[in-house]
Amino acid sequence: MDGGGLRLNMNALDYALLGLYFVTVLGVGFAARRAIRTSVDFFLSGRSLPAWVTGLAFVSANLGALEIIGMAANGAQYGVMTVHYYWIGAVPAMVFLGIVMMPFYYGSKVRSVPEYLRLRFNRPTHLLNAISFAVAQVLIAGVNLYALALVMQALLGWPLWVAIVVGAAIVLVYITIGGLSGAIYNEVLQFFVILAGLIPVTVIGLVKVGGVSGLMDAVRESKLGEAGLHAWQDTGSTANPLGAHWIGIVFGLGFVLSFGYWTTNFAEVQRALSAKNMSAARRTPIIAAYPKLVIPAVTVIPGLVALVTVQGLGAPSGDLQYNNAIPLLMRDLLPNGVLGVAVTGLLASFMAGMAANVSGFNTVFTYDIWQAYVRRGRPDDYYLRIGRYATVAAVVIGIGTAFIAAGFSNIMNYIQALFSLFNAPLFATFIIGMFWKRMTALAGFWSLLLGTLAALLTYLLYKGGVIHFNSDLEESFWGAGIAFVTVAVVAVILTPLTAPKRDEDLRGLVYGTGGIDLKADVLAGDTAWYRSPVLLGVIALALAVVLYIPVF
Amino acid sequence: MDNRSEPARDPLVTAAEAEQRRSAAARLFDIRRVIGALFVAYGIIVTLMGVFDSQAEIDKAEGVRINLWSGLAMLAFGLLMLLWQWLRPAEPPAEPEERGVIGPPEDSGPGSSKIG
Repeated sequence: MDGGGLRLNMNALDYALLGLYFVTVLGVGFAARRAIRTSVDFFLSGRSLPAWVTGLAFVSANLGALEIIGMAANGAQYGVMTVHYYWIGAVPAMVFLGIVMMPFYYGSKVRSVPEYLRLRFNRPTHLLNAISFAVAQVLIAGVNLYALALVMQALLGWPLWVAIVVGAAIVLVYITIGGLSGAIYNEVLQFFVILAGLIPVTVIGLVKVGGVSGLMDAVRESKLGEAGLHAWQDTGSTANPLGAHWIGIVFGLGFVLSFGYWTTNFAEVQRALSAKNMSAARRTPIIAAYPKLVIPAVTVIPGLVALVTVQGLGAPSGDLQYNNAIPLLMRDLLPNGVLGVAVTGLLASFMAGMAANVSGFNTVFTYDIWQAYVRRGRPDDYYLRIGRYATVAAVVIGIGTAFIAAGFSNIMNYIQALFSLFNAPLFATFIIGMFWKRMTALAGFWSLLLGTLAALLTYLLYKGGVIHFNSDLEESFWGAGIAFVTVAVVAVILTPLTAPKRDEDLRGLVYGTGGIDLKADVLAGDTAWYRSPVLLGVIALALAVVLYIPVF
Repeated sequence: MDNRSEPARDPLVTAAEAEQRRSAAARLFDIRRVIGALFVAYGIIVTLMGVFDSQAEIDKAEGVRINLWSGLAMLAFGLLMLLWQWLRPAEPPAEPEERGVIGPPEDSGPGSSKIG
């Protein structure tokens, strides 16, 4: 992509703001080093962080490459229906993770999501999940890095390889040195910088189109028309901008895809596992749900503003692709100063995504592959060192995959879509295993394997043209649903035929076996009513419903 | 920690738990200080740019003095973070076997609800 038309007019002070941010990020990494003595310090921040920090890191880890740019693009392309990705496609799953699943994760003291599978089922299930997660993380880190480099190339005119190496080097330094604390602290910082960059774009964009009512009038005149302003109204059929029926939105997006991503993706769950006690761990995803409720204001609204103000937006290639909605608004509306902050926020969001992949990878590689299968029983310092090597390796492989992605950007999109399909069978295996005590270890392994193969097969048949779906989105709903059913059927068939695990081995891992004390490590302040995870979760769900009302 | 209803144990997990006694996490600094400092610096720089904005720059932003306003907003946010840390400093770990508590005991409200 030649970015000549997107080039921003950055001046020395804008670069000073960007440089100040990079220096701060590296400083946080070095300062976090003092707090690392054990592997638990490096991989889980010593399980010591307060809930507001882990909660903002939780939402930030998701505000990566495809999120800001992609959701603004969806806003321009599909209109208000994009809010489904937030209000039904994220918030319910985050609340469910906090209220229902976190007691099992945090209470069993597992150090990763794959480790839960090892304790609940057996080692083959664990190895299968650990390897697929590790591979997915380095590949997706490469995709994030490539997307970061594309933006730096287009906006700042940096050569692609310089942008890739600079972005990777910064992430490498602060995670290798500062461990998960370095990553999480920077994610919290990134969260605020991202907002500081996006809010001015949104505000000036709204001023330009004459406020919210002016924007609504203009959208009615645009190619989206009235349908671009409604989230549910036209979902009785698939004749709406998103091409999705409400059943697909509720069960496909809202249940299988969203629960699969938010509740079993270790790059997210790791943030909650680093919280200082059970109460803070449970509140982590729920606190994250609140910013998630309002983030569409700074992604979907700019997308709509771009749709009505940028002539010709929506071209299949070139500078006027939907993906450039936010960069185009920044170019047209922001004067130097705020422009520097906005560019910094955009780069911060790309680094946040990659850092989450890398810190998830190094933990799973060290604890779940190296310690469990390659070198057992070494002193803790040894694994701490392995974790640092794994970080370096992840970033180097990420640079490699970024260059591959540069050649085959479509293939990399497929890889990312492919791995999103792995989430649905994983979630199904988890949810059945957590609530059905009888489910056996062998059933767990075969459910996960066959469910994954079923999703994969559906995807490949669709790509090969053997079976037909209306859109990629519809395929992903169906693929996820088929995977879910496969897991359930295999579990029900195999469980009666194989030997169950003993109850003592399932304590704290399965619902109804005891072993979890929600109040065990409670701190004095945590008993306050406004820190109740259940209450906070219910309020978040209620807000998600209320927010839908004006855009029904 | 509670021994009445001990969950199932695994050697690798237990070993990691034991290592946690050596944890240095209590030495982690307070992120509110860094956020506060960065935003105060951003606020000052951008506010000053806003004061000296030319008419062309104001016109580009649809007549809004966006540098001035967002500079002041960032400055206020940075100062609020520093104030929060000053009023509710991080608690030092109370007892050796207890976990280090880095943030304030109050930790659900300000950071998450005020923003956005």
